[in-house]
Amino acid sequence: MAMEYSEEVMDHFMNPRNVGEIEDADAIGEVGNAKCGDIMRMYLKIENGIIKDVKFKTFGCGSAIATSSKATEMIKGKNIKDAARLTNQAVVESLNGLPKVKIHCSVLAEQAVKAALLDYCKKNNLDVKKTLGEDFNIKNEHECESCE
Amino acid sequence: MPEKIIYVDNAATTKVSKACLDAMLPFFEDNYGNPSSIYKIAHTAKFALEKAREKAAKALGAEKEEIFFTSCGTESNNWAIKSCAFLGKEKGKTHLITSNIEHHSVLNSFKSLEKQGFNVTYLPVNSDGLIDKNQVEKAITEKTSLVSIMYANNEIGTIQPIEKIAKICKEKNITFHTDAVQAVGHIDISLNKGNINLLSISGHKIHAPKGVGILYIKKGTKIKSFLDGGGQEKMLRAGTENVAFANAIATALEIATKNIEEKEKKVKILRDMLLQKIEGKIEKFRVNGTLKERLSSNLNLSFEGIEGESLLLLLDSKNICASSGSACTSNSLDPSHVLLAIGLKPELAHGSLRISLSEENTKEEIDKIAEVLVYSVNRLREMSPIWN
Repeated sequence: MAMEYSEEVMDHFMNPRNVGEIEDADAIGEVGNAKCGDIMRMYLKIENGIIKDVKFKTFGCGSAIATSSKATEMIKGKNIKDAARLTNQAVVESLNGLPKVKIHCSVLAEQAVKAALLDYCKKNNLDVKKTLGEDFNIKNEHECESCE
Repeated sequence: MPEKIIYVDNAATTKVSKACLDAMLPFFEDNYGNPSSIYKIAHTAKFALEKAREKAAKALGAEKEEIFFTSCGTESNNWAIKSCAFLGKEKGKTHLITSNIEHHSVLNSFKSLEKQGFNVTYLPVNSDGLIDKNQVEKAITEKTSLVSIMYANNEIGTIQPIEKIAKICKEKNITFHTDAVQAVGHIDISLNKGNINLLSISGHKIHAPKGVGILYIKKGTKIKSFLDGGGQEKMLRAGTENVAFANAIATALEIATKNIEEKEKKVKILRDMLLQKIEGKIEKFRVNGTLKERLSSNLNLSFEGIEGESLLLLLDSKNICASSGSACTSNSLDPSHVLLAIGLKPELAHGSLRISLSEENTKEEIDKIAEVLVYSVNRLREMSPIWN
């Protein structure tokens, strides 16, 4: 394989955590598009501001699957304000690095989590800044240049 | 002990054969002389170089004087295309014709020429991955100096009507080049009988090492040197001759061009067997490119709902080496230009798998590939948000 993945990435690709759907999810976030070759969908179950359960489905390369898996692991059990501060750098670090051309996968994972949290606010008519923090932001596009 | 691998990526590269290895070894430690020098070991090297040229020519049905050793297929393509383009320009001819499914060494040569003022027509292929000779005929203008169409495609294995196109070019007095890197050893090519002016070959696709190629230049074809330097290869390709590798590629050609029909029949059985084994077990997949005018060793499939790189990683985890036209397996962001050219949607191009067999593959390996493929596709689909 031309792609150099860390053992941690390969572990999360080969044994992804939290794969699947949550039927009665409180929030769903989907980012990416098929044209670019990556789509991530996150399902959240939230109780009293805590992420009780999280599942994901991803169409994409090895690192897209690994970053999704890692991101779910990092937010499970967290309160939503903390989860909203998840950064792609944190995902990359906790995977012991990603090849440069794959960094956009980690951005996608961050966005998928944030899109789901935003969906939660919308569904429950919650003020985004109050619920997710003053500094909450979600980039509109990830770094994939071929996306329009 | 490394685990046994199942290698089905022979269109990417091949294992160096024992025969090729044996053919080149004497030129590293013993007959290492520079063929241009005067003493005995140089003489031996020079003699061996010319023997290799003769062997390569015979394998291709060509004359010894028509064989020029290069460093790789990419060099052969760059040399043929750029030098012919510039020769044409001297006569005021600045139009060039190629196809939109060429290898990057051809496509990017033309792109570079476009930047230098040439007009290039990129002929589209149909959904089977084929070009019609009439398309070529129609595209030719008074300004056309060169047509370059690949013999067989590296991704989908489709075979173009090369001799028909070469004939049209000859009638119109236009130089015809073909990138035959994937075709040699799979298609019987007798260059003396045909009208191909220039033909590129790569060593490492036919069990010679990486770093050696050939450009066949038909007698009477005008070409310029591409590298400035010494007077090697009849003043046309400067640089001290790589005698060892020339012997390897000549040996590889000799072996590859023997019993082609028999070998192709054998790999075709394996290929059809693989296809048959997954049909019915995997739904919603397609074969990319026609199965008729196609290299027997090539199978290119697209699976809906999954992405190629993750499929390759799962195959690799079971020691199966294959490749994909997904953007994620290259350093670019776009999926295969060949798969897009035959009309695939990007998501299907991302979900492609290329299996390229050799006659060394076995039925047992095919069984294993089919089993792992069915498992891997289903597994990835289970976690795909675009698969229901």
